Amino acid sequence: MRRVNKDEKSRISLTLNGRKMAAEAEPRMLLSDFLRHSLGATGTHVGCEHGVCGCCTVQIDGTAVRSCLTLAMQAEGRDVKTVESLAGPNGRLNTLQQAFQKHHALQCGFCTPGILMSFTDFLSRNPKPTEEELREVLSGHICRCTGYAGIMAALKEAVGIS
Amino acid sequence: MSKRLGTRVVRKEDPALLSGRGRYADDLPVPAGTLHAHVIRSPHPHADIVSIDATAALAMEGVWAVITGVDIKKISDPFLVALKSPIHQWSLAVDRVRFAGEPVALVVAENRYLAEDAAEAVAIEYTPREAAIDPVEACKKSSPLLHAEAKTNEISVRTFRYGDTKCAFETADKVIKLTVDFHRLSFTPMECFVAVASHNPADDSYDCMANFQGPFSTHPVMARALRVPGPKMRLRIPPDSGGSFGIKLSVFPYVVLTALAAKITGRTVKWVEDRAEHLLAASTGPNRVTEIEAAVTKDGKILGLRMDQLEDYGAFLRAPMPGPLYRMHGAITGGYDIANIDVTNRVVLTNKMPASLIRGFGGPQLYLALERMVQRIAIELGLEHLDVIRRNLVQPEKFPYRAAAGGLYDSGDYPRAVETAVGDGRLDYLKKRRDEAREAGRKYGIGFAVVVEPAMSNMGYLSTLLTPETREKAGPKNGATSMVTVNVDPLGAVSVTADVTVQGQGHETVLSQIVADRLGLQPGDIDVTLEMDTAKDQWSIAAGTYSCRFTPGTAVAAHMAAGQLADKLKRIAAKQLNVMAADVELADGKIRSISNPDNALPFGRVAGTSHWSPVMLPDGMVPALSETGVWNPPELEPPSSDDRINTSLTYGFVFDMCGIEIDPVTYQVKVDRYTSMHDAGKILNPLIADGQMRGAFAQGIACALYEEFVTNEEGAFLTGTFADYLVPTVSEVPPVEMLHIESPSPFTPLGAKGLAEGNCMSVPACIANAIADALGVKDVRLPATPRRIHALMASNGGVR
Repeated sequence: MRRVNKDEKSRISLTLNGRKMAAEAEPRMLLSDFLRHSLGATGTHVGCEHGVCGCCTVQIDGTAVRSCLTLAMQAEGRDVKTVESLAGPNGRLNTLQQAFQKHHALQCGFCTPGILMSFTDFLSRNPKPTEEELREVLSGHICRCTGYAGIMAALKEAVGIS
Repeated sequence: MSKRLGTRVVRKEDPALLSGRGRYADDLPVPAGTLHAHVIRSPHPHADIVSIDATAALAMEGVWAVITGVDIKKISDPFLVALKSPIHQWSLAVDRVRFAGEPVALVVAENRYLAEDAAEAVAIEYTPREAAIDPVEACKKSSPLLHAEAKTNEISVRTFRYGDTKCAFETADKVIKLTVDFHRLSFTPMECFVAVASHNPADDSYDCMANFQGPFSTHPVMARALRVPGPKMRLRIPPDSGGSFGIKLSVFPYVVLTALAAKITGRTVKWVEDRAEHLLAASTGPNRVTEIEAAVTKDGKILGLRMDQLEDYGAFLRAPMPGPLYRMHGAITGGYDIANIDVTNRVVLTNKMPASLIRGFGGPQLYLALERMVQRIAIELGLEHLDVIRRNLVQPEKFPYRAAAGGLYDSGDYPRAVETAVGDGRLDYLKKRRDEAREAGRKYGIGFAVVVEPAMSNMGYLSTLLTPETREKAGPKNGATSMVTVNVDPLGAVSVTADVTVQGQGHETVLSQIVADRLGLQPGDIDVTLEMDTAKDQWSIAAGTYSCRFTPGTAVAAHMAAGQLADKLKRIAAKQLNVMAADVELADGKIRSISNPDNALPFGRVAGTSHWSPVMLPDGMVPALSETGVWNPPELEPPSSDDRINTSLTYGFVFDMCGIEIDPVTYQVKVDRYTSMHDAGKILNPLIADGQMRGAFAQGIACALYEEFVTNEEGAFLTGTFADYLVPTVSEVPPVEMLHIESPSPFTPLGAKGLAEGNCMSVPACIANAIADALGVKDVRLPATPRRIHALMASNGGVR
C-alpha cells in the first residue's frame, strides 16, 4: 500500500471523464474539493459535507459515491466520472438529461448533478426499475426547489414507466 | 404567429445546468493569491468576550490575519436598521456575543484548510451571561437584556385600529380566543453563502461578488457599513445560484466582512459558508406568538378581530426586518370580508440566530393564526368549517376590494375557487375516507385553508411601523420600481438584462417569451443575461428576487421595454416600407405591413438601419436600439395617515383542502389526499408555474411536519446537521392535485400575479386544521412531529 505523510502534498493521478489528470494534494483533501478546485470540474457541487444531501455524488469505477465523504487519495488510479461526462461531445443532452428538461425536474440546478450521477449508476444496473425503486434511490438526495414531482416524472419517462 | 407567453416553453437555463456548466459563486475564477477565510463562531448564546489571543494562530504558516470585532469597529460602521433603536451590529461581534454561532473572529489564510487549522489555535475567553430565549419571557422586565442601550428586548410596539372593533366585540354573539405559536425554520438552499471581495486602496473602493438575492435596498446598508458611497461598493452576482428562498439576503453581513478582510490583508478574500455554519447561523424565519380573538355572530359571521403578534427576530434586527410582521399588513384579514380589526405588532429580540427573509415572508405566521381561528369558530359554534369560510369570503362583486388595513385586492372570485375545489366529488371523497377511518377507530381529519397571496411589495410598507407623525417628518415611502433593458445588435440579435437575481425560477425563459412575443421572434432568438453588476446594470432599491416581484414587476418592465423597442422598429420600418407606422407589425422574424404582408423586411435589416444608417431614420428619432422599461404602478401608495397600507400590487388566491390520518403506531401525520386551488391571474409559463407551486408545497409540508430550528432553554442550538434538521426527501412529500382558475389582475398589463409563495402559507395552516379535526384538539404546534402528536393524543386520552 502506498504510504503518504499527512503533512505533505503528493501527486494524485486519476482518470476524469476519460482523460488522465493529476494534481498535488494533501492527504486530507476531499475528493469534492479536489475535483472542483484542483481539476476544475465544478459541475460537482458541495451541499452539506456530511453525506446527507447527495449534491456531490460522482462515480468511481462506475459506482455512485459521495465525493464529500471520499478523500482525493482514495480516487488515485481510478476512473472518476462527473456530470460533465453525460452530454455528448456537441453538448447534446442524453435521454435522462432531456427528460429532466422536459419535465422541469430542476430549478436552481444545484442538486441536479448528484441526482443524475446516482441514477446513471443505478439505471446502468437496473434498466427497468419500478417507480418505488426510483423513489428509493431519489430519497438519497435533497432537492429544495422542485418538491420532487418533476424529478419523478422525468425519471419515469427515462425508464419507460408511463 | 402564435404567442409563446402562456405556453409550456421548456427552460433555456437547463442544458447548462444539466451538463455541469452552471456558473455558481464558488465556481467563478478568483485572482491568483486569493486568500480564504474561516469564521470563528460563538459557542455561547450570550457572553462577554473577555479576550481573543491569536498569537499562536498568526505564527502558523500561511496565516495572514485573525480579524476581530475590535479591528472591524475601527474601519466600519454598524448596519443600518429600520427602527431607530440602539441595536448595533457589526459584521463581527464587538465586546459581546448574542447568539450561538455569532461570528467572533475571521481567520484569513492561504487556503481554507489552513484557516480552519489556525482557528483551532485562536484562544477566546468568554464570560457567559444568562440568555433570553423564549420570546414571551424576553419581554418581561426580569429578562436578561440583549442590548443594554435599548433598555428593553421588546423594541417596537405598534397598535393599529381599523373600523370599530370595540363595537364589534360588544355586539358579538360570541368571542373566541386562541393562542398560536409559529416556529423557526429555514428553507436551507442547497448552495450555502459565498462572498468574495477585494479592496483598492487608491480610491478606497470595494469590488465584491456574492450570491446575494436582494432586495437591493440592502446595498446602501452594506456601503454605509463600509463607509463608502454606493458606487465604491461594486457588487456582482453570479449567473447561477443554488436556491435562495429569501435566505441569501443574509449573506450581506459576510459581504461586508470579506470586504473588510480584503482591506486589512490587501488581498482578495474569499469565504464559502459550510452547511454546519448555515444551519447554525445563516438565517431563520421569525417565530411568532399570536393571540387572536374573533367576535362572531352565531351563524359564523366574523364581525371583528383582535390580534396581538409578538415576533421574535433573534439577536439583531437586520435590514429589512421586521418585514414579516408588516409585509402582510394590508392583507391581514386574509380572504375574508372583515371590517373591524385591531392589531398590535410587537418586535422582540432574543439570544438566537437573527431572523430574516424567507419564502412566504410573514404569510405562514399570519395564516396559521387566522385559519386556525376560522376552524375554532366552526367548532365552538357547532358549524361546518367550510360554511364559516363561505360565510366570510370576500365576494366577487367587491373587486377591486379595499381590505380593512388597506390592501387593495386587485381581482378574484373566491367563492368560485372554493366551490370548484370542493366540487367534483373531492370533498365527498375526503368525508367518505374520514367516516370509514373513524368507523374503524382511526384518527382522520379534514383541513381547509384560505390564503390571499400578495406579490411585489410596496417599498413603503415597512414605514407602517413608524407612527404617522414620524412618517410625516421622514417623508412618504412607497412604490416598487422594476427595470428591464432590451438591446438589438446590428444583425438583429436581441439581448436582455433585468433587475432580478437568478435563483432557479426560470426568469431567463419567461423574459425571452415576453420579449419574443413583442418583437415577433422566437424565445430562442432572445439572449437573457441575468448576472448582476451594480456598477453597470439597471437597478433600484426594489431590485432582486423576493416577494414574488418578478411576475407583477420585472416581467411587466420587460413587456414595456420590448414594446418601446417594437414601436421604434415599426416607425423605422414604416419609412422603408412606405406605409404608416400603424400599419406595421412584427411577426415571424419580419417587420411588415399588416395590410400587405408581402411588403416586409427582415427584422435584422431594420435593426441594422439604426446602427449603420441613422440618416435613414424618421426625423427626430434617437438612433440607439436600446430601451429600458421602467414600471412603477400607482397603486403602491404610501401608508395613509390612518395607517392603511396597500402592502403589495397583486393578490392571488389559494384554497387548500386535505385529508390526513394519524398513524396509530408511529404517530406520524400521513397526508391521504391534498388539493390546492390557485388563482394567480394569467399564467406566463404553466410548466414553470407548476414547478414553483409544487416547490412551495413541499416547503409547506416541511414546515408543517418536519423542519424546525430547535434551541434549548439555555440557548444551545440542537439542529446543526441535516440529520437533526429534517428536510423532506421524495418519500416525505405527498402528491398534490393543483387546480387553477384565472382572474387576471387589472393592475398589470400582463394580468399575472405572484404564485410561488402561496403554498408555503397555506399548507401549514391546512395541515394544522386537519390535525385539529382528527384529534379534536385546540392547540396544534408545528411541525407536527410524531413526538408532538403523541403528546397531544396522550393529553387528550387518545393513546391506546
